[in-house]
Amino acid sequence: MTDISNLTGEAFWLPVIFIGLMGLALFMYAILDGYDLGVGILLPRDSEAQRDTMIASIGPFWDANETWLVLGIGILLIAFPLAHSTILFHLYIPVTLMLAGLILRGVAFDFRAKSPEHHKKLWDMTFRAGSLLATLSQGFMLGLYVMEFESTPATYAFAALSAICVTAGYTFIGAAWLVLKTEGELQLRAAWWARLCCWLTALGLVAVSVVNPFVSEMIFDKWFGNPMVIILWVIPVFCFVLLFIVDRYLKRFPYPNDFGCWIPFTCAIMIFLLSFIGLAYSFYPYVVPNRLDIWQAASAPESLKFILVGTVIVLPTILAYTFFAYRVFRGKATQLKYY
Amino acid sequence: MLETLILSRIQFAANISFHILFPSISIALGWFLFYFKLRYKGEGDDVWMRAYRFWVKVFALTFAMGVVSGITMSFQFGTNWPGYMETVGNIAGPLLGYEVLTAFFLEATFLGIMLFGINKVSNRTHTIATFLVAFGTTMSAFWIIALNSWMQTPTGFEMRDGKAFPLDWFEIIFNPSMPYRLAHMLIASGLTAAFLIAGLSAYRILKKDHKPAPRLALKTAVVAAAILIPLQIFLGDMHGLNTLKHQPAKIAAMEAIWHTEKGAPLVLFAIPDKETQSNKFAVEIPYGASLILTHHHDGELKGLNEFEGKHPPVTPLFFGFRIMVGVGMLMLLTAWWGCWQYWRHNEISPLLLKIYVGMTFSGWIAVLAGWYVTEIGRQPWLVTGVLTTAEAVTKTPPANVGTSLAIYLTLYVVLLAAYIWTLFLMAYKSVLVDRPEEALPTLQEELVEKNL
Repeated sequence: MTDISNLTGEAFWLPVIFIGLMGLALFMYAILDGYDLGVGILLPRDSEAQRDTMIASIGPFWDANETWLVLGIGILLIAFPLAHSTILFHLYIPVTLMLAGLILRGVAFDFRAKSPEHHKKLWDMTFRAGSLLATLSQGFMLGLYVMEFESTPATYAFAALSAICVTAGYTFIGAAWLVLKTEGELQLRAAWWARLCCWLTALGLVAVSVVNPFVSEMIFDKWFGNPMVIILWVIPVFCFVLLFIVDRYLKRFPYPNDFGCWIPFTCAIMIFLLSFIGLAYSFYPYVVPNRLDIWQAASAPESLKFILVGTVIVLPTILAYTFFAYRVFRGKATQLKYY
Repeated sequence: MLETLILSRIQFAANISFHILFPSISIALGWFLFYFKLRYKGEGDDVWMRAYRFWVKVFALTFAMGVVSGITMSFQFGTNWPGYMETVGNIAGPLLGYEVLTAFFLEATFLGIMLFGINKVSNRTHTIATFLVAFGTTMSAFWIIALNSWMQTPTGFEMRDGKAFPLDWFEIIFNPSMPYRLAHMLIASGLTAAFLIAGLSAYRILKKDHKPAPRLALKTAVVAAAILIPLQIFLGDMHGLNTLKHQPAKIAAMEAIWHTEKGAPLVLFAIPDKETQSNKFAVEIPYGASLILTHHHDGELKGLNEFEGKHPPVTPLFFGFRIMVGVGMLMLLTAWWGCWQYWRHNEISPLLLKIYVGMTFSGWIAVLAGWYVTEIGRQPWLVTGVLTTAEAVTKTPPANVGTSLAIYLTLYVVLLAAYIWTLFLMAYKSVLVDRPEEALPTLQEELVEKNL
């Protein structure tokens, strides 16, 4: 690990800024494409009308949502090229599977509506399979990352667990999105899905939190090595308070005037944020766990400064027009019409 | 057993060949849509709006194909070519980063409004959204071509401890071959989109579509192609001269000039033979190559003998270049023929309509052939003079690369077939809309409901 006291000025803060930006991009991705993928996984076999509405609810957004992944990976590539090649070297096959899933999901969006009628269901099921494949691979990769890319049975078992948990989380936020964006029978169904996934997510969080410190020494030290870190336990406690709120709310669903339809989605975002902070705390300042810290992996300061200037100007603009797009398509999802 | 290097090269070539098909349509199709939208008066069932409505759906499908195939590229730098980012990451990283920041988000966000927002925003806002999407796709081309051109003709950097460090970003972005390659590619996209529009519109007319929209689109496309193609030939010539100056080995391979000579002939056709370092069955125009490349009939052209062991393979460059030029000539002929028919008869004859249908995807062939020339022409270098392709490849076992390659190839074949088939199906379905003899006034609404 780099001795921070030797670093001064930009050599210290540029990598810190960029790991923050990368975290932001990946967090945005997990939230935004998380609900897209969750909705995809939930597509029901038995109702074409519900599938139409569900896909309509994510149609105007998915493209931009997926771009956050490109930005996240882009920052890893730009700011930490050494880490980029090390990480992707170890994740070769899961990355390929994730990309195949994202390709299938992305094209199914368009083909389902433009192919002959009798192919539509096939594309819908492709949509679902693609979403599931991409989600499972992402969870699996996260698991391998946490396990420092060792090739032991324990690593793969943990990665499989992580794959299931991430899938539960994405399905949860997807169902919560549907509670927010749909109405009637589908909304009731979504509420049921959300409640189920809410507990699956809780189970997943517990499982990962219990297993994590025992399989990774580094994380054990970070979590229990210092009496001060008791403050950290606010994170899981808060997560469970949020999950409890969602459960209580959904138990009595629906409410008159669609009261509080935003509650599950907002709580899901908060839960994602808290889990994300937990992860970030566990690994900082490593970008490849226990191998490369952000200062070892960083690009030349002249490159980072060049891209930082643009980022400072462009990123707020991106956030502003993303906000604008969500405003344009606010309210319940209507049938997607090209005109 | 194939090696990781060759498998990775095949995989990257397959990925990027599949990917470029879609941007080469969507870059210019965005501007065609903007033009349609500008001509629309803003109210009622205007014919320009009808053309817009059909082509915006084609744009949506094409764009989605481009996005999903493009994402795989950004991962492959890490999965297959780690040496690339480790050596020139300081240059390539920021250029790719600017592409994501200034182009990807812009086009992806406003695409939603462009496709689904026309009833939710004002007509003017919708037109601006269309403009921003077209602008975004063009910006994307700008950054990626800046990087590609830098790999061809690198400037504005220095090497320290085996890594490239930027010295002057202006020189890096506007490197010597960049303006030519960018202009050449943007016009190539214009031609690809124009022939796609012409082909599908001609198909609709041949299937007895009596509506004015396909006729209007056809005329717009034919006129656009007729203007763009001479411009493209002129730019292609300038690009060639630029290549001769900066990458003479590439030109020598393209023209199959084995030995340095004065007054080199233009080889129209031949079978280049690596063993004997000569061309078999050559059909040549005396002094032609020297005249075109040096603008003097007796000008000296460097042959492949000057670049022993450091020149690209001759056969793919020689044929790739001739295929590109051949398709270009065909485009010139058919576009001007169409204009002549418009001038004399005010409509296109059934024969020429059939030719346009046959040429629907002719732009793809020229684009692929051209890119093969320029990319294979950079070999054995990945970044000219800085890093060879072999040095950059991953240490991943060949079995892994073979697996991913098989997955990608299967997906690409299926998706390409589905894409082409769906475009013609969409064209055929739109023929049925509003057909008086079908007496189905609701069909239009039905199609709207089903999001066609």
